[in-house]
Amino acid sequence: MLRKILLLGALALGAAHPARAADTVDPKAELKAFRDYFVGRFPKVPLDDFVNGPYSMDAGLRKQWKAIEEFPPYEFAVDKGKELFSTPFANRKTYGDCFPDKGIGVRQNYPYFDAKSGEVITLELALNQCRAANGEKPLDYVEDDMAALTAYMAFTSRGKRFDIKIPDDPRALAAYRKGEEYFYTRRGQLNFSCASCHVQAAGHHIRTEVLAPALGLMAAMPIYRSEWGGMGTTSRRFVTCNSQVRAEPLAPQDELYRDVEYFLTYMGNGLPVSGPGARP
Amino acid sequence: MRFALPLGFTALAAAGGLTFAALAGPADDFAAAYAKADAASKQAVALKTQWTTTVATLKSAQAAADAGKYDDAITLAKEAQALAEASIAQAEDQETAWKDGVIR
Repeated sequence: MLRKILLLGALALGAAHPARAADTVDPKAELKAFRDYFVGRFPKVPLDDFVNGPYSMDAGLRKQWKAIEEFPPYEFAVDKGKELFSTPFANRKTYGDCFPDKGIGVRQNYPYFDAKSGEVITLELALNQCRAANGEKPLDYVEDDMAALTAYMAFTSRGKRFDIKIPDDPRALAAYRKGEEYFYTRRGQLNFSCASCHVQAAGHHIRTEVLAPALGLMAAMPIYRSEWGGMGTTSRRFVTCNSQVRAEPLAPQDELYRDVEYFLTYMGNGLPVSGPGARP
Repeated sequence: MRFALPLGFTALAAAGGLTFAALAGPADDFAAAYAKADAASKQAVALKTQWTTTVATLKSAQAAADAGKYDDAITLAKEAQALAEASIAQAEDQETAWKDGVIR
């Protein structure tokens, strides 16, 4: 009974906003509003610094991070990723054969909407599609090899600015919209949305952690997390976020997860790739 | 002889003040409570709104029943049902409420 009362209370609070957003989809206008919101709320943070997540919000954390970056914990993953990336498959082809520019410096263009399949293709999915096309078994989306490959690809793209396209295709707009809906939808017994932490509570603490702002949130992926004691992919991050609010996670690379990555990365358009990152 | 045992058992139960409903037993009561919780849980899964606590509570209910602790098992099954129904209510609310949080 108490749980029901708490839930109803939380739902009522969530519905307390006076104005309901329009049902039209205008990604460009939403991107501007999204960016303006964070820039206005954190006027001392340079725009490009939002990609550094909690370190853009907290001076103490930033100091620790600068020290950590002298011997980055993701360095081993980058090295391993480079090796995996350049090792030929059984048919002698490599990952590079599946990507534009041989896969070097392309992170900023992922995810993209694929008109042929009508779906959002993330970097992780593209890597496994590459493996499948070359007769290889898929990698686990939350394990080290996938993290290493994406870490290497992000590393070769550092500083390049995100340029996610939403083509004039109703299916692409629908994917964007579904991602947006997922991002703002409260879920789990704790009744949190992605936005609860990364919009409303951005810059605040949850226990000892500083919550990263949603602006630029995808730029540092994949990340080494001290909490995990290892690297984590975007898939792992989404699964963990869901579990932390007591929601059953979707399968890694579920269409909805890809859509939310599409939406959220688009919101960071124009910001530089900073991945792979290191987080507490 | 074929009907002797049931008739005798019925007479014994009546003498003890038991009703036929009570004769269904706690295992059947648990099965009914669990079925309701499981149905609500499956609906939550279909709506992609399942809570981890619903899954854990359902498992605990089954474990309690397996250990013969039917009172605990029934309580847990009812709790799991309540959790699943709350998650469904959350999803129904959020069908439109999510728009209120969008940065405009």
